[in-house]
Amino acid sequence: MGHYTLKLYVTGNTARAERAIRNLRRICEIELQGRYEMRVIDVLERPQLAEDDRILATPTLIKRLPPPLRRIIGDLSDVEEVLLGLDIQPLGEISA
Amino acid sequence: MPDDGGRPVGLAKEPTGIPGLDTITLGGLPKARTTLVTGTAGSAKTVFAAQFLAEGIRRGVPGVFVSFEETPEDIRNNMRGLGWEIDAWEDEGKWAFVDASPRPEETFIAGRYDLGALLVRIENAVERVGASRAAIDSIGAIFMQFSDTAVIRQVLLRINVAFKRLGVTAIMTAESVTDYGEVSRFGVEEFVADNVIILRNILEDEKRRRTIETLKFRGTSHQKGEYPFTVIPGEGIVVIPLSAMELKQGSTNVRIPSGNENLDEMCGGGFLRDSIVLVTGATGCGKTLMATEFMAGGAREGERCMLFAFEESREQLFRNANGWGVEFGQMERDGLLRIDCMYPEVASLEDHLVRMRRAIEEFEPDRIAVDSLSALERVSTVKSYREFVLGLTCSVKQLQVGALFTATTPSLLGGTSVTDAHISTITDAIILLRYVEVLGEMRRGVAVLKMRGSMHEKEIREFRIDAEGMHIGNAFRNVTGILSGSPQQYVPYGDLKRADRMFTG
Repeated sequence: MGHYTLKLYVTGNTARAERAIRNLRRICEIELQGRYEMRVIDVLERPQLAEDDRILATPTLIKRLPPPLRRIIGDLSDVEEVLLGLDIQPLGEISA
Repeated sequence: MPDDGGRPVGLAKEPTGIPGLDTITLGGLPKARTTLVTGTAGSAKTVFAAQFLAEGIRRGVPGVFVSFEETPEDIRNNMRGLGWEIDAWEDEGKWAFVDASPRPEETFIAGRYDLGALLVRIENAVERVGASRAAIDSIGAIFMQFSDTAVIRQVLLRINVAFKRLGVTAIMTAESVTDYGEVSRFGVEEFVADNVIILRNILEDEKRRRTIETLKFRGTSHQKGEYPFTVIPGEGIVVIPLSAMELKQGSTNVRIPSGNENLDEMCGGGFLRDSIVLVTGATGCGKTLMATEFMAGGAREGERCMLFAFEESREQLFRNANGWGVEFGQMERDGLLRIDCMYPEVASLEDHLVRMRRAIEEFEPDRIAVDSLSALERVSTVKSYREFVLGLTCSVKQLQVGALFTATTPSLLGGTSVTDAHISTITDAIILLRYVEVLGEMRRGVAVLKMRGSMHEKEIREFRIDAEGMHIGNAFRNVTGILSGSPQQYVPYGDLKRADRMFTG
């Protein structure tokens, strides 16, 4: 189990953005204790980064490491799908 | 009140620069609006989108290309063949891509989302290059990437609003399932339906035919109906506006020599400059000769002559001309002749037309001959052919040069061809060449059937061909039915006496 590099793109300070950030924090704390780096990027502030990462939808979570590169779209409330996307076998109990 | 609510008809238009398109749209696309461009697969939507931006850049207007389908790399490569160096324009800050093509990596959907980032990226790109043109290609592909159609419709609507606010004239391409049917399959017409252009790629009699139609422009006028277009390497889309062309040529009484003195006589002193002469006749009865003499007659006057040959190779033409005492080689060396030989089958009629126009523009001839127009009949449908003839005639008339077209009739004696039917009313003069059977012998006859703006002989005269060319002699006096193709000797009562009087008096 390697180190996780995560980027979460959101557009503005919306309720959906807040929810996505909250969901991601919770999943990481439970499943990846200490083994992750997480960066939240607001597309409105950094449009060029969104351009470089070809972001269309927000929120979008990008997992660069460990490979393979993955893209998870949505407010991350579907935890099972998030774990699948991150290639994580759940250890703890997470209830959505 | 919406910002365009009370504006009267005649919204401002943005000239596209796409050849012919501005004519049929009466000035271009509605300015600061989005026009939906729909078409089936392979109907040249992406080329249209890219060309809209490329022509903008040529006019000093930067553009943004939003690609939902192909990667920017693919588009750069594909469009290079059309003569557009997109990467150079990107380096100069005139062209920006927003790459929204599908990603190779696996994507998971884990909750609700919107496409706000796309909107932000597009706005950012527009501001970065100062674009006032944008193209989105094609929205069908984004419906493949995301399943939530309501979210997609919402962002497309917001993009449209943003373009309007930023003063960007945009086109949005969309797939249609059939050439004639629903405008597009995604229900996007609802909000971009103000302006719709349809591209078609129709299979007709086993031949492909591309057409473009402006379905509607809200609040402003446009030409109606389908217009043929073609896609040309190094150039892109060229629309052939046909009926939208204006017949505004002036007329003149200036005479130009036909290249044959006897024929000049029959025509009342030569052809009229600014006129199109149609020479029609069966195979081998002297049409190519007449075109050759027309060229030679021009060169003798120091005129620049251009011959488009669709039946014979250059070598054959030179040899034929030589046999009639005309030196094409010398004319070429004097810079007075350009011969353009091409087999009809190598290109579509639209391509031929555009190529011929370009050749004419380059050489700037004083007279033009086409030998034969009817050779092109066999490579096209009747409809395309009619449009081609009309398009060629219009371009030639606008140039106000002398032109001679030949057409082959299918039967040896008499008869008319499709060409005759399509072109006879728009040509200014018609010359008939006919085989005439007299007492078991084949002879040749020539008649001037019509000549607009001039008196002309009504007789059918006999002619022969030798090493000096065409020699027109006397009229057939006692043969009737030449035009209908069944010549008959006739000696009516007292005719011989009358004939005697005519020749002595």
